[in-house]
Amino acid sequence: MGAYLRPRSLPDALSALAASRWLVLAGGTDIYPAHVGRPFDEPVLDLSGIGDLRGIDEHADHWRIKALTTWSDLIAAPLPPLFDALKQAAREIGGVQIQNAGTVIGNVCNAAPAADGVPCLLALDAEVALEAADGGRRLSLDAFITGARKTACRPGELVSALILPKPRAPTTLAWFSKLGTRRYLVISIVMIAISLDVDSDGRITAARIAIGACSPVARRLPELEAALRGRTLNSALADVPHENHLAPLTPIDDIRADAAYRREAALTLIRRGLADLGGRR
Amino acid sequence: MSHAAPAIKPFTLTCEVNGRPVALEGSRSRRLSDLLRIDLGLTGTKLGCNAGDCGACTVLVDGAQVCSCLIAVGQVEGRRVITIEGLAADPRFEPLRAAFLRLGAAQCGICTPGMLMAAADLLGRDPHPGEDAVKDALGGVLCRCTGYQPIIAAVLEATRAGAAIGEAALRIGSAVGARIARLDGAAKLNGTEIYGADAIPVDALHLRVLRSSWPHARFAIGDLTPLFHRYPGLVRALRAADVPRNGFGIYPEIKDQPVLADGIARFRGEAVLALIGARDAIEALRDDDVPITYQPLTPVLTLDEALAHDAPEVQAGKTDNILIEGRVRRGHPAEAFEAGALTAHGRFETAYVEHAYIEPEAGWARRVGERIEIFVSTQTPYMDRDETAGVVGLSPVQVRIVPSACGGGFGGKLDLSVQPLIALGAWLTGRPVACVYSRPESMVSTTKRHAARIDARIACDAEGRLSAVAIEADFNTGPYASWGPTVAGRVPVHAMGPYRVPNVATRARAVLTNGPNCGAFRGFGVPQAAIAHETLMDDLALKLGMDRLAFRRLNALRTGDITASGQRLEASVGLVACLDALEIRWQAALDDAARHNARRGMIRQGVGLGCSWYGIGNTGMANPSVMRLELRRDGTVLFRNGAVDIGQGSTTILTQIVADALGLPVGSICAIVGDTDLTADAGKTSASRQTFVSGRAALEAAVALRAKMLRLANASMESSLRIDGDALIVIDGPATHRIELTDLPHLDGVVLRAEGRFDPPIVPLDTNGQGVPYATYAFAAQMAVVEVDLELGTVKVRRMIAAHDVGRAINPTLIEGQITGGIAQGLGLALMEEYHPGRTDNLHDYLIPTIGDMPAIEVILIEDPTPLGPFGAKGVGEPGLVPTAPAILSAIRHATGARLTRVPALPHRLRAAIKAHEGAS
Ligand SMILES: Cc1cc2nc3c(=O)[nH]c(=O)nc-3n(C[C@H](O)[C@H](O)[C@H](O)COP(=O)(O)OP(=O)(O)OC[C@H]3O[C@@H](n4cnc5c(N)ncnc54)[C@H](O)[C@@H]3O)c2cc1C
Ligand code: FES
Ligand code: FES
Repeated sequence: MGAYLRPRSLPDALSALAASRWLVLAGGTDIYPAHVGRPFDEPVLDLSGIGDLRGIDEHADHWRIKALTTWSDLIAAPLPPLFDALKQAAREIGGVQIQNAGTVIGNVCNAAPAADGVPCLLALDAEVALEAADGGRRLSLDAFITGARKTACRPGELVSALILPKPRAPTTLAWFSKLGTRRYLVISIVMIAISLDVDSDGRITAARIAIGACSPVARRLPELEAALRGRTLNSALADVPHENHLAPLTPIDDIRADAAYRREAALTLIRRGLADLGGRR
Repeated sequence: MSHAAPAIKPFTLTCEVNGRPVALEGSRSRRLSDLLRIDLGLTGTKLGCNAGDCGACTVLVDGAQVCSCLIAVGQVEGRRVITIEGLAADPRFEPLRAAFLRLGAAQCGICTPGMLMAAADLLGRDPHPGEDAVKDALGGVLCRCTGYQPIIAAVLEATRAGAAIGEAALRIGSAVGARIARLDGAAKLNGTEIYGADAIPVDALHLRVLRSSWPHARFAIGDLTPLFHRYPGLVRALRAADVPRNGFGIYPEIKDQPVLADGIARFRGEAVLALIGARDAIEALRDDDVPITYQPLTPVLTLDEALAHDAPEVQAGKTDNILIEGRVRRGHPAEAFEAGALTAHGRFETAYVEHAYIEPEAGWARRVGERIEIFVSTQTPYMDRDETAGVVGLSPVQVRIVPSACGGGFGGKLDLSVQPLIALGAWLTGRPVACVYSRPESMVSTTKRHAARIDARIACDAEGRLSAVAIEADFNTGPYASWGPTVAGRVPVHAMGPYRVPNVATRARAVLTNGPNCGAFRGFGVPQAAIAHETLMDDLALKLGMDRLAFRRLNALRTGDITASGQRLEASVGLVACLDALEIRWQAALDDAARHNARRGMIRQGVGLGCSWYGIGNTGMANPSVMRLELRRDGTVLFRNGAVDIGQGSTTILTQIVADALGLPVGSICAIVGDTDLTADAGKTSASRQTFVSGRAALEAAVALRAKMLRLANASMESSLRIDGDALIVIDGPATHRIELTDLPHLDGVVLRAEGRFDPPIVPLDTNGQGVPYATYAFAAQMAVVEVDLELGTVKVRRMIAAHDVGRAINPTLIEGQITGGIAQGLGLALMEEYHPGRTDNLHDYLIPTIGDMPAIEVILIEDPTPLGPFGAKGVGEPGLVPTAPAILSAIRHATGARLTRVPALPHRLRAAIKAHEGAS
């Protein structure tokens, strides 16, 4: 196998990236499976030696999930209920081996249609912090993932962190559900992430709902979110979603399920999520 | 574009492996697993996929479990790595190993290192985990053998204070029936067991197979000279023309499968070229570097395409694309259907199913003078020997097969895979040649369970007595025979189910296509047929308004009955006993479900039942086994046992039989297993036959040896024996004789030898399927309790209760393990397993049950002995799986009303069926 570099600092990584093309390696849980019986085409830039790229930091108005933060790190971190959906997704990624190695940002950068982290992060209004030798930029997650397995990450850039703004509401409730054909190690048929910002009267001030595996990139459902805004948290929330709210989705038939089923299951799961959250008052 | 590796700066990396500092050089982007296995020789870490999907390669890095196949060597710089070898040296884990051994948590053992590492990670974090925590922690490791239940039980037991270590000593004569731990178990728990890929000599050349990515294509291999220049490590290529006799097959008269396709590839994944060279060159090579041009031809893929009257021929000369057809006819089915009070019918479809043993095919061969020795993972050393000799153009005695430990077979390692290629490679190069299939290669190139389409009809009289069954089953067999004829022969005999049916017309055809080559897979078509007959049994019970269990009991075969093949069942027909054993639980579960469902929630419970029977051994064909025993002058009893143990436990079970038949303790017998130079032909480890057939042969050998031992002292039959160092002690009533074995004449150290042979009595089937196809049958009834989410169409199997008539349970733990493992495969067949060529050639798109998908399983063993079997034993390898899918489907129907006719019942299919049912009612 070919060349390999494991820099100890972000600037070293960025200058290597500025000089030539590399395959960026984090936890390797997407990269190695893509190379079964096939050598690497490109030299490998392994980020794992950059100590200060790991962990979750709290700032005044946002949280930062840094590039090397694994799913297990996330599960173990003491975090507010805002993160419940993302944590639930983390517990359902692969098995413990994968959670211990795979990174949240690797999941985003790999940009699989069934990436479980992505709907949760969309429902958290995540932004992506990109760095290059000549400076950084920020993109909304929406703008970052441009298609199935496509991102706006340019040659020379890497993702240093995800930025999660703190909601202004006193409470944010979060819910995640993943539907698959078996219990562990399963690629989702559909997954749903819901975040509801709730004021002290129990009124929904903002709703963010995202569905994965029903379109090339996970999608938010703006019309449903609008329909939920201003409602009070109760079990009648489950009656709000209807078929038309799923308009942004373009599910396909594949070996796991057919399109009609995906649509229907998405609606069922959204209703269950809202019923569950509505009942938490 | 050049693919030469960019210059790599030499480096040294230090880390700690199993407590020892290690300094390493070489590429740091390699997988940690390769470093462990190849550079450090720590082959206890297993590779099932190289993709994170199987967890067999799990190690601890800084105490946390990770897949070593997904970690770059560079990432362990400065870290602590612990492998199974390190764990084995750690006394804190002795209770864990002891529990694994005692409870049968390791069958083939290929997943065991991964399971133990995952358990070690858990116990490091949580010394007293509950069952859910165990499942979460072990959820990333797949096991295809055990059904996980013994594994969960073992981890839980290991955490209990004062967990028992070791086992009570057995009294002589009490080995049969005892739950002794598997005799070959220790090596499976400490990483020292050697599987096909584990002992490849460092100087071996490696072989890589190039395969067609088209189901049907003409191909041409271009000039390979530039390739050999670019990869100087390449040594030679093998093409079809290099294979002396380029055809093999199970049946003596059908050698239709080429080792390397000759200009035309007939299925996706067929071997077209093999390249042999240094390991580095073979691994650096990319498939698209090799100049092979394909001209795709129209493939015949489905049964309909193959059976169309103008269908192209898959094999030249087979104009109707029918490889073979089997039938059973008895009575007057047409009239009986006419007269039947109630009838039911249906068309059932099942998918291709992959064996998904965790060990991909692997082995290596070397030339020793004018002979070839092959070390390989196999279910059938003797057939491998003869077939390999055939294709390489040698006589069978020139080939020696030394079976490695087999990391799962389930029928898939009954066909040749690497054997002829490595043999030919070693023969031609004079150097050891190894081949290890990758997971995708294993999946794309080896056989599958036949996809089937079954049209079935059944009739009964007004009292519910079955009067007629008619079944036409078509099996998509792929382009070559493999075990297609076996399926076509076995299915018609079993397809009416384990019931008394006076009028029968069953037919099974193996249909040639360009689909995946289908072969043997646990049950040879019977699991597919059981789905059809059991669904129709439920149909009739429903129409009659009769309890499903009572309806089956009414019709169950009993001793003295005549089967549809005209065979009188003289003994050992335990189906009614199985149903009786379920009865109380059945009623209770029905009551529970009714109570639960009265709440009319979204989750509905259902209870279902499946019955099956299974003929032990080959269908209407000779099926002998020969076992040998020696008393050696050093006092050892050497058991030359040609039956390979693929995890099912034959090594242990046959030794138990020998021990009791000799009248010596298990511990005084040592065994040589499988090596074709050192054992006699025991036949294949297939058709659930080793306990029954080889067990009886072993019994005969032991009886003969015992007689000879007694004769040394002129002692009576009732005498007891003991071995004391190199003396034989014979205690005959008050008299004790001490015979110094070293004083006796011997041949190569052998003082006494005995041979036992058994070939079950059968009568070949005539054209109407009449005869005695099997000497004995296993019977089973399983019930399933499921929960179905009506809105999502998802199924959770909560409980399975499996009652099996095994004749005699020689080792209940090992038998239960076969049943729990069979249930896992049956659950997969029912709910998730569906192989799509080209789309599911890995273990994340092809789903097998994980530890979290398994229900609680209760096994009830019924012992209705067969006079032919050793101590009354029959077989259980396949029967565990056959009734499972029918029971689950029956339970789903009970929960939802939806009658499924296609498996797997993926959520979208079940949801559609539920909607259709709701719409109809
Ligand atoms: C057995 C198994 C089960 C799995 N189960 C699930 C599951 O249930 N749900 C799910 O969503 N996923 C699953 N995955 C996929 C995978 O684990 C996740 O996507 C993981 O989060 C990827 O992270 P990583 O650090 O391993 O990425 P890597 O493999 O290291 O990288 C993935 C991609 O991201 C790029 N990349 C990584 N970090 C950066 C960065 N900082 N900047 C720019 N590019 C970067 C890499 O170049 C590569 O293209 C599974 C994988 C396996 C093997
Ligand atoms: S070999 Fe690593 S997970 Fe299968
Ligand atoms: S024992 Fe688990 S795979 Fe064989």
